Amino acid sequence: MKKNNSHPYLFLSPYILVFSVFIIIPVLIAIVLSFTNFNAIQFPDFVGFLNYINLLTQDEIFMQYVLPNTITFALIVGPGGYILSFFLAWSLAQLPKVPRTILALIIYSPSMTSGVAMAVVWRVLFSGDQMGYINSLLMRTGIITEPIQFLQSTEFLMPVMIIVALWSSMGVGFLAMLAGVLNTDETLYEAAAIDGIRNRFQEMFYITIPSMKPQMLFGAVMAIVNTFQTGAIGVQLSGSNPTPQYAGQLMVNHIEDYGFIRYEMGYAAAVSVVLLLIIYIFSYFSKKLFVERD
Amino acid sequence: MAYYGSRINPSRFHVSQLKIYAYLIPMALFMLLPIVFIFCHAFKPMDELFAYPPRFFVAKPTLENFERLFTATKTSTIPVSRYVFNSVLVTASVMFLGVLISSLAGYALSKMRFRTKKILFEINNAALMFVPIAVTIPRYLTIDLLGIVDTYFAHILPLLAMPIGLFLIKQFIDQVPDSLIEAAFIDGASDFMIYRKVVVPLVRPALATAAILAFQAAWNNIETSAIFINNESLRTLAFYMNTFALQTNIVVGQGIAAAGALIMFLPNLILFIILQSNVMNTMAYSGLK
Repeated sequence: MKKNNSHPYLFLSPYILVFSVFIIIPVLIAIVLSFTNFNAIQFPDFVGFLNYINLLTQDEIFMQYVLPNTITFALIVGPGGYILSFFLAWSLAQLPKVPRTILALIIYSPSMTSGVAMAVVWRVLFSGDQMGYINSLLMRTGIITEPIQFLQSTEFLMPVMIIVALWSSMGVGFLAMLAGVLNTDETLYEAAAIDGIRNRFQEMFYITIPSMKPQMLFGAVMAIVNTFQTGAIGVQLSGSNPTPQYAGQLMVNHIEDYGFIRYEMGYAAAVSVVLLLIIYIFSYFSKKLFVERD
Repeated sequence: MAYYGSRINPSRFHVSQLKIYAYLIPMALFMLLPIVFIFCHAFKPMDELFAYPPRFFVAKPTLENFERLFTATKTSTIPVSRYVFNSVLVTASVMFLGVLISSLAGYALSKMRFRTKKILFEINNAALMFVPIAVTIPRYLTIDLLGIVDTYFAHILPLLAMPIGLFLIKQFIDQVPDSLIEAAFIDGASDFMIYRKVVVPLVRPALATAAILAFQAAWNNIETSAIFINNESLRTLAFYMNTFALQTNIVVGQGIAAAGALIMFLPNLILFIILQSNVMNTMAYSGLK
């Protein structure tokens, strides 16, 4: 490592500049605004914890729909997508290079589609009349007799959102875990077989996962971020914010609803801060799970 | 029969792989369906889009939808070529500048010695979980304060802060032996020379990966067009395509929208196929500790 004549800050300053302006400062502004009443026109006035208190005690929609929806969505899509990514990565690693590359490309490709461009495809597939492809298929096979309003019903919007989110969840985290499995030390497997490991699943739990913990953590962080990032699809699928009877309303939609539709920016900022906190807590626990104690 | 331990990354086919194929292939086909559907839908003529019962595959492919997409000047008199130009300009700038500043910072964080090094890397790692969508409003306020609303800067600058790009590049530069850098230093190379002649050529895979991630972030982005830009002629292709997706009369627009979705998706796919071995190479060092 070199010591003399280095100008680290010369190299770092462009990155630090954009990083501060577009990540740190917006987060700080969100925190400051969350303690104010701000309608985007008048100067914000300080209201203390009022926004947070209102969020927890007055906002029936938040408590009744948005928070439970967010938690349901996050608990299924987060761990679900994560476990699926790992399992697929682990399976792919047991195949020779050519079929592996082709299958990995297919599995990764949904995450390259942009959510918005795909929304139209899902809206056609899940369309609520008998013209919808899924409805048509279900009716022809005799499973249902009446078309289902997938995207406008309180029952089906959330499951459709979860399916769409899981479909596109094999992203960077999946690739990282695939690389992680491929790089585990082969001699460990041989040694383990001699020591009495009897099948692939024992191997997965005793060898593969422990030896790729850093990739597992990276994958977990990516899964969490992806989950909250794709949270906006409810609005794109149903075509309205708020979603029909708030069935697919997640926190990101709630922020948009208050910030850009009602112009209650202080309140929206408080919801943002709560969302960032939730993401942080999730990541904290995945760190606890995977960081080696040494 | 004794268990001999499985083979990670086997060199050829073995019977034991059959059960893995047995579930991976159906799974992959299932995931492929929506993508096959965009392909088919984009090439369907009007009568097939309206056909009842709806058919998944296209029978008589046509380019009608693409023609209509490119001749429609929907919301204003701006031709599609303008949106294409904006998207290409913005995406290319984000890729080039994003990779440049991330790699400069990655080199400093990996190979230079200074006091705040560790804490800076920690802050960047924490920012991996940053979700831009959560702070859209404060971001708008910052852009407004900077006075870059309605300029190309509003598209480009916010996307240059790419914690994941810096993270992957820094991890990859860690693999470059210190002795190489010391040798270049003793030979009288400046920091910048070392960066350009030693580090950059050796970490190409990581740069390619960061470039792909930057491409995906910029090419698919509609947030900047929707929120930071009011001037229609400065908006991007992704935003323009999105206006078709949001049409209330979905049947009329769906062929065009599918053609749009396909145009948005293909560059992503092609770029990834070209660079995939670089990406896999980089991901090997993606571990978070």
